[in-house]
Amino acid sequence: MTGMTHVLDPGALSDDARALAAPTPPYDDVTRSDSAFRAFLHGLPGVDQVGAEARVAQLGTRSIKTTSKAWAIDTAISMVDLTTLEGADTPGKVRSLAAKARRPDPSDPTTPQVAAVCVYGDLAGVARDALGDSGIHVAAVATAFPSGRASRAVKIADVQDAVANGADEIDMVIDRGAFLSGRYLDVYEEIVAVKEACGDAHLKVILETGELVTLDNVRRASWIAMLAGGDFIKTSTGKVSPAATLPVGLVMLEAVRDFRAATGRQVGFKPAGGIRTTKDAIKHLVLINETVGPDWLDPDWFRFGASSLLNDLLLQRQKLRTGHYSGPDYVTVD
Amino acid sequence: MSDRLAVRKTYKLYVGGAFPRSESGRTYEVTDARGHFLGNVARASRKDARDAVVAARGAFARWSGATAYNRGQVLYRVAEVMEGRHVQFCEEVSAAEGLSGSKARAAVDAAIDRWVWYAGWTDKLAAVLGSANPVAGPYFDFSLPEPSGVVAVLAPQQSSLLGLVSVLAPVLATGNTAVVVTSAERPIPAVTLGEVLATSDVPGGVVNLLTGDAEELGPWLAEHADVDGIDLTGAPASRAMEFEREAAGTIKRVVRPPATEPDWTADPGLSRMTPFLETKTVWHPIGI
Repeated sequence: MTGMTHVLDPGALSDDARALAAPTPPYDDVTRSDSAFRAFLHGLPGVDQVGAEARVAQLGTRSIKTTSKAWAIDTAISMVDLTTLEGADTPGKVRSLAAKARRPDPSDPTTPQVAAVCVYGDLAGVARDALGDSGIHVAAVATAFPSGRASRAVKIADVQDAVANGADEIDMVIDRGAFLSGRYLDVYEEIVAVKEACGDAHLKVILETGELVTLDNVRRASWIAMLAGGDFIKTSTGKVSPAATLPVGLVMLEAVRDFRAATGRQVGFKPAGGIRTTKDAIKHLVLINETVGPDWLDPDWFRFGASSLLNDLLLQRQKLRTGHYSGPDYVTVD
Repeated sequence: MSDRLAVRKTYKLYVGGAFPRSESGRTYEVTDARGHFLGNVARASRKDARDAVVAARGAFARWSGATAYNRGQVLYRVAEVMEGRHVQFCEEVSAAEGLSGSKARAAVDAAIDRWVWYAGWTDKLAAVLGSANPVAGPYFDFSLPEPSGVVAVLAPQQSSLLGLVSVLAPVLATGNTAVVVTSAERPIPAVTLGEVLATSDVPGGVVNLLTGDAEELGPWLAEHADVDGIDLTGAPASRAMEFEREAAGTIKRVVRPPATEPDWTADPGLSRMTPFLETKTVWHPIGI
């Protein structure tokens, strides 16, 4: 094929050369100045809030039963970022969480493992040791989580510390103060700097949508995070309510869909906070399938940030397996 | 003078302190003893039963943690509010059971008296059923009755109010929370009791009333891993044995159904309170 191209168009590059001299991304120049970036972000299509709410309400009525439900539950378990982000976290609690991540339901070895364990950076090493070679990722929150109120040097040091401790995924928070006061380029540059500090670690960018006020802002923040090189965009820290609502999820999923269509780069999505029941989780899976398609129905591209969700998923799984309702006495409560 | 348009009531469930329709959307017709239409009543599904158990479990810590004295006060208040609805209860019991006015009144009086009687028991159970045990060692050793947890009650099919009170009140007096499946053909006094409970300081979720078919809901409650006891009084005789076997899977406390419905006016004694109590024994070192 390469030879054919040469014959037809002598000036054309070979495939290898084309990859090296990657075409200019269509959005390369939008970050050249504050005003250009603002013009671009405010030029994104506006979000019809009523339409978004109606759309998710309609998708929420889908009935997922029997074998589909069993598939959805197992898929959801394999997408959970099992999270503990408390001031009272101890190495012992992280180790017990890691044990639960490896074997969520000890009474049933067919239960899949979760995707990752999400902890504060100083405990990432404990999680890394406890997870061993299980293939479960260690995610650490960094950049002065959850408020993000610290100087950039402190945030970068926070990220480097977490990576050095063994985290292979970093969950950063954006500077909402800068975003809300219109300093979009600051937000962008900070994400770029954090991405650089991550090295090989995956970067998830938390928008904290509960503080962004409007869905238009959610779309703008999503684009900033994706343009800056985030591997995932994540709704919330879980410390602010409302957290991962379905309309916000719809807007962010449309953003990752549009971004892939425009640039060819796929970005993952992680709703976090407020997802507690299997029903909520299945609604999100339906939303994914109907908005961005099955390409995202994979733990590499979609995660649930949750702590209590896993227990409900396990209860529902036990119900499907045994035929009778289970209770909180039959899962580890954490 | 124009005829007033009748205000027809749609009877609903009582779950978690609210009055939801059945998740399934199902209803069924209820008639009086002579076959005249009384109303449409929600037919609870297994998911309503599941939701009710979740509500009852959520309410258990607060209800069992309240002092016995406080529980007694709350239950006494229920009797007060029932007294205020006396006329309504009489009409509904009369329609449901086909009783004459005076017999219905006697049944409602007995039901309210029964409730007061159980309200009085809350702070006396520990004295009667507990004990200080003589042991061969330097310990003060004592045993106390504690509630089992969430109790499913299949209420009597015949006695719509007195029978219901006779099986529900002992579960509450002992500090348990209840999921009740009411009489299928005579559910309306139970629905009214739900309205009484909702307006009388009983925390939401402590009592959950499901109208519907005990034969349909019984197996789900008997098998449910988060239910700690089940009273099979209203279970169909042909299925009671099966329900008991299912309950054994998670070692529930079980009250077996009587061969025929008993005379509910008789003195119940402690027979309905002791099945849903666990005895906790404490060894307390002395002399230090």
